[in-house]
Amino acid sequence: MFAYYLQLGLRSLRRNSVLTALMVLAIAVGIGAAMTTLTVMHLLSGDPLPGRSAHIFYPQVDATPAGYTGTPPHPMDMLDYRSAVDLWRAHHADRQALVADSPVKLQAPESKGPPRMLTMLSTTAGFFPMFKVPFQYGSAWTPADDEGRARVAVISSYLNNRLFGGADSVGHMLLLRNTAVRIVGVLAPWRPSPQFYDVRGGRYAQGNTASFYSRTEDVFTPFFSSLQINDGHFQQFSCWAMPKKPGHLVDSPCAWVGLWVQLDTPAKIHAYRRFIANYARHQKALGRFANTDTRMMSLMQWLAFNHVVPSNVKLQAWLAFAFLAICLFNTVGLLLAKFLRRAGEIGVRRALGASRGAVFSQCLTEAGLIGLVGGLGGLLLTLLGLWIVRHQDTPYADLVHLDLSMLVVTFVLALLVSLLAGTLPALRASRIAPALQLKTL
Amino acid sequence: MNIRPIFSSLRKHRIPTTLIVLEIALACAVLCNAVFMIGQRIGDIRLPNAIDQAGISVVTVQGTDPDHARDVIARNLATLRAIPGVQAVALMNTVPLSQNGWNTGFTTDPATKGFDDKYVNVAEYLITSGGDKALGLHLFRGRFFHADEYAAGTLGTSFMPTGHAAVITRSFAARMWPGHSALGKVLYMGDTYSYTVVGIVDNVLRPNRNGGDARSFSHSVFLPVAPVESAMNDYIVRSAPVDRDRVLRASIDKLSKLEPAAVVKGRTFSDIRNAYFADTRSMAWMLVLVCAVMIAVTAFGIVGLSSFWVGQRRRQIGIRRAVGATRGHILRYFQTENFLISSLGVALGMILAYGANLYLMQHYEMARMPWYFLPIGALTLWLIGQFSVLGPALRASNVPPVVATRSV
Repeated sequence: MFAYYLQLGLRSLRRNSVLTALMVLAIAVGIGAAMTTLTVMHLLSGDPLPGRSAHIFYPQVDATPAGYTGTPPHPMDMLDYRSAVDLWRAHHADRQALVADSPVKLQAPESKGPPRMLTMLSTTAGFFPMFKVPFQYGSAWTPADDEGRARVAVISSYLNNRLFGGADSVGHMLLLRNTAVRIVGVLAPWRPSPQFYDVRGGRYAQGNTASFYSRTEDVFTPFFSSLQINDGHFQQFSCWAMPKKPGHLVDSPCAWVGLWVQLDTPAKIHAYRRFIANYARHQKALGRFANTDTRMMSLMQWLAFNHVVPSNVKLQAWLAFAFLAICLFNTVGLLLAKFLRRAGEIGVRRALGASRGAVFSQCLTEAGLIGLVGGLGGLLLTLLGLWIVRHQDTPYADLVHLDLSMLVVTFVLALLVSLLAGTLPALRASRIAPALQLKTL
Repeated sequence: MNIRPIFSSLRKHRIPTTLIVLEIALACAVLCNAVFMIGQRIGDIRLPNAIDQAGISVVTVQGTDPDHARDVIARNLATLRAIPGVQAVALMNTVPLSQNGWNTGFTTDPATKGFDDKYVNVAEYLITSGGDKALGLHLFRGRFFHADEYAAGTLGTSFMPTGHAAVITRSFAARMWPGHSALGKVLYMGDTYSYTVVGIVDNVLRPNRNGGDARSFSHSVFLPVAPVESAMNDYIVRSAPVDRDRVLRASIDKLSKLEPAAVVKGRTFSDIRNAYFADTRSMAWMLVLVCAVMIAVTAFGIVGLSSFWVGQRRRQIGIRRAVGATRGHILRYFQTENFLISSLGVALGMILAYGANLYLMQHYEMARMPWYFLPIGALTLWLIGQFSVLGPALRASNVPPVVATRSV
């Protein structure tokens, strides 16, 4: 029976081929637009550390100096040097890492290439195990290297490919500004989305947050070593007053260091909140802080707080779904008109003994065909849309691909849309009264 | 014309009518908001920037030895000036739209100490002698810097130069001293730095928007410095637009040869501006595309539905024609029907559009949509409706009266 309905459906669709093409195209374009934007949304709003993000926290204290008269946001998105180092040294968390970015000139004496400017992440040994950073060669530096201000570095797989053609470069030397450092580790390709540990200031970005999805830094060096290597080139998040020497931010009235901690149990989370609250109170009592505000968000809370998904992307998703709705209304209306126009034919079939169910399934088969073809077209258009996004000049372009889950969602959406588009007209057609139609024949 | 029969006919086709009304309403809502967003983005892309945008190239030299900055800079400037076709050269700390923000704050009140609420955030451009010519700044009032003012400016270990003269943009002047002339007034920063405004120039954009509105995007201050500072890396090279690409290539080439250890990069200002607005531009194009496809889908939907209705009513049309209706009557019947459907659609659509705008304002830093977008959107959809129904309606009016007799 189904084969027969299919044949009938095909014949009916062929009879109005232009209209059929229009309906298919409308569904395809609607699904293509919706799935392209939904895929980008899905990729950008995912969890950068699946399974671990609930244990990662970003503690903050309000380090506004006593005597400051303005009203800064409490607390700032980063810490001043002293608070960050105090909290880090206390080692109250299961793991902890300081982070600060700075631009640095890099040369590889062994490869003849020209020097290059790139961004260096100054961090501490806890960074790599805490974020499960994958290594291709070598390993991270040790906590002793942090304290000993060792001249060592870990480089990204991208930089390793550029400088050493992807070979094991552990033990080779790099020149960072004027300091020679030894490579102790090379990362395997690592592309967290977003580059979560550098997310901050999203509140002031007015939705232009695409830069949160850039590649990771190419050089990682021990925090305290880098303060010496790249002195004078650090950048503040914000300052309460002018630092005495720009780029030299140790003990300056500036917020510029981030602290990430890993807390594995609720008890530890609770204890750490108390710890930073006590710290802030203590600092106020000592006359260093003006306030005692603290805040500690989990990784996902912090990403949400910073509105990491660019507002252009969210706007596009809204638009695409409004567009899909328009296409859907359009198709439903056209199918309905089409079926009702065949009321006479349906009346005859009903009079000859076809049940309502039979008419319904015949019409639904025809509608389903349109939905199916439209859905397939939508899938192709989604691939095309993603290809276009990949060739855009945005930091997240290289992240964009259609993963398995979104492929499934596309098919489900196509099916849903075709059923939605078909059910109502088919239902209406199956309720046509045969007698009335026969009379008018 | 009596519209009662049209209403009763529409009531008989309640579901398709509802669907087409909803489609038009959604299209109206999306169209109003999308066109408004396109307008805003075009406004951003076209923001005025009173420098010679077509003739400037920017060559950035990084990683030189700060101890020899004075000699290196003098040599680099001389090398660039010697390139044929170069009209002017100067050194700056950063350039408009480069995303390399140098932000500072000034107040008109000499008594404040730290950065407090009285400070107005502003982009700080440090320029060396001839910077006004290299950039092609348009003087609005006052004067540019004298040679001794350039010579007096050094950074030392600070972000702010010594020296006491500043040239500011018109929009920053209006922000600091609304209703008064800014010339001769003093900008303060803490108790250490103060600058007297000696000139006002047409608006120059900041390196990046820095979270402000369109007006604060051109809050910029120019401060004179001597060519001795290692913190300044951007060489502004101005030439005639036809020479620009050649001059840029020659500049990069010569400077990299002079100092192989330095990192030399160059871009034309047009490239810098295009890169800054790339995202905005692609979003605007995407919105245009959505609008176009959406209008097409809506129009085809109306064409399809009206065609079916015409086909369905051939017999009724024949009867009406047989009992004396003219072609014009039939034509107007379908046009009126479409007008009624569109009116319902746009009425709902305008409410939706307003609601969507309110939602976007709350969640996506959108501005309030001016009221006139609503009637314009409504009018557009009315026209699209009338245009789409014209074909089917004309076909309907061509139905001969004899059809009525045939199938009875």
